[in-house]
Amino acid sequence: MQAHYLLIASRDPYTHVAARRCYELAAQLVGEGRRVTLFLVQNGVLPARPSGGSGELADLARRGVRVLADDFSLRERGIAPLGLAQGVEPASLEVVIEALEHGARALWH
Amino acid sequence: MTSQQTLTFALMDPPFESARSTTALRLIDLALRRGHHVNVFAYEGAVSLAFAGQKAHANAVHGRDPLEEDHPLTRDWIAALRDAAHERGLRLDWVNCGLCVDERGMEPSITGPRRGSPTDLARFIEESDNTLVIPTGD
Amino acid sequence: MSKKLLHIVESAYRATLEEQDDPVVWLCHALRGAGAELDLLLQGNAVAYGVRAQQVAPLQFGSRRQQHAPDLAGDLNALLAKRVACFYLEEDAAERGIDASDLVEGLVPVSRAKLPMLFAHYHQVHRW
Repeated sequence: MQAHYLLIASRDPYTHVAARRCYELAAQLVGEGRRVTLFLVQNGVLPARPSGGSGELADLARRGVRVLADDFSLRERGIAPLGLAQGVEPASLEVVIEALEHGARALWH
Repeated sequence: MTSQQTLTFALMDPPFESARSTTALRLIDLALRRGHHVNVFAYEGAVSLAFAGQKAHANAVHGRDPLEEDHPLTRDWIAALRDAAHERGLRLDWVNCGLCVDERGMEPSITGPRRGSPTDLARFIEESDNTLVIPTGD
Repeated sequence: MSKKLLHIVESAYRATLEEQDDPVVWLCHALRGAGAELDLLLQGNAVAYGVRAQQVAPLQFGSRRQQHAPDLAGDLNALLAKRVACFYLEEDAAERGIDASDLVEGLVPVSRAKLPMLFAHYHQVHRW
């Protein structure tokens, strides 16, 4: 069975290089044929608000990464779940537990 | 709904210093609500999460006395998770790394969490269905 | 107190759910209450504290429900009411897709190029 990678991005790319490295890893894994979910949580949801910094997320989605944003973190930051940056979907944190249940390899950034 | 599993979480952050502590507790809560047993290995600063000596305080800026402020304490949240697990017939096995407890003076913990070592983490990882490590920041 | 201070907050949402406040915004309130003359500059991710649409549901674990979820925009309004000027770095807001119309009324934009001029108005500048 194809390995599913769950990359949890808790930091934003504006202030943390680690966020960009997380995106790069997602791109690399999907490029090698892996199934990848990028789950944005905490300040990691900040680029889900449409802005110049959202392009990387849209690009990942185009490449086949499923990009999700924790709905609680979105609301906490006043980011409307409807009208997120292209390629980003709102989701419950429960997605993380579901992925763990199904054997995903989870890496928290 | 999938069948009952055992999930392990390894934490590193102390309370009141990072959003990661709250997200970790949300994940543990969700895992229990979905009917899973949960192991927690509290490492480094995370051994402070269940410290029994945490005390609530007033909030003069908002004009609230200690009772009104009802300031969250992670020890209370962990106690609530412990009780919720018990009510559901689930296991919440919370282990604080003993060396981390010693160097920080973080004893006693509330009832429930126990003192352990990396051997517990090794066993958790081996015996549980999946593990999520929530690392600290800088 | 005679010193006029500028406090800068950049790190955001670090532990605001548990603390039910941002520690630096709270501190500004407390210092003002003690008679200090101060203003606040929001930088980096903290520019989002001014967003009106922020909504935090109280957390609940088991039977333990939080009574007071944080209201960061409300706390900024309260600072403004205490005659504390609240600035925000306009480039950081734009970078994050935050328009002036998204923010509570009364926040003052300042550009990065104008920071030295802003700092010159204060006896001390503290970056938390």
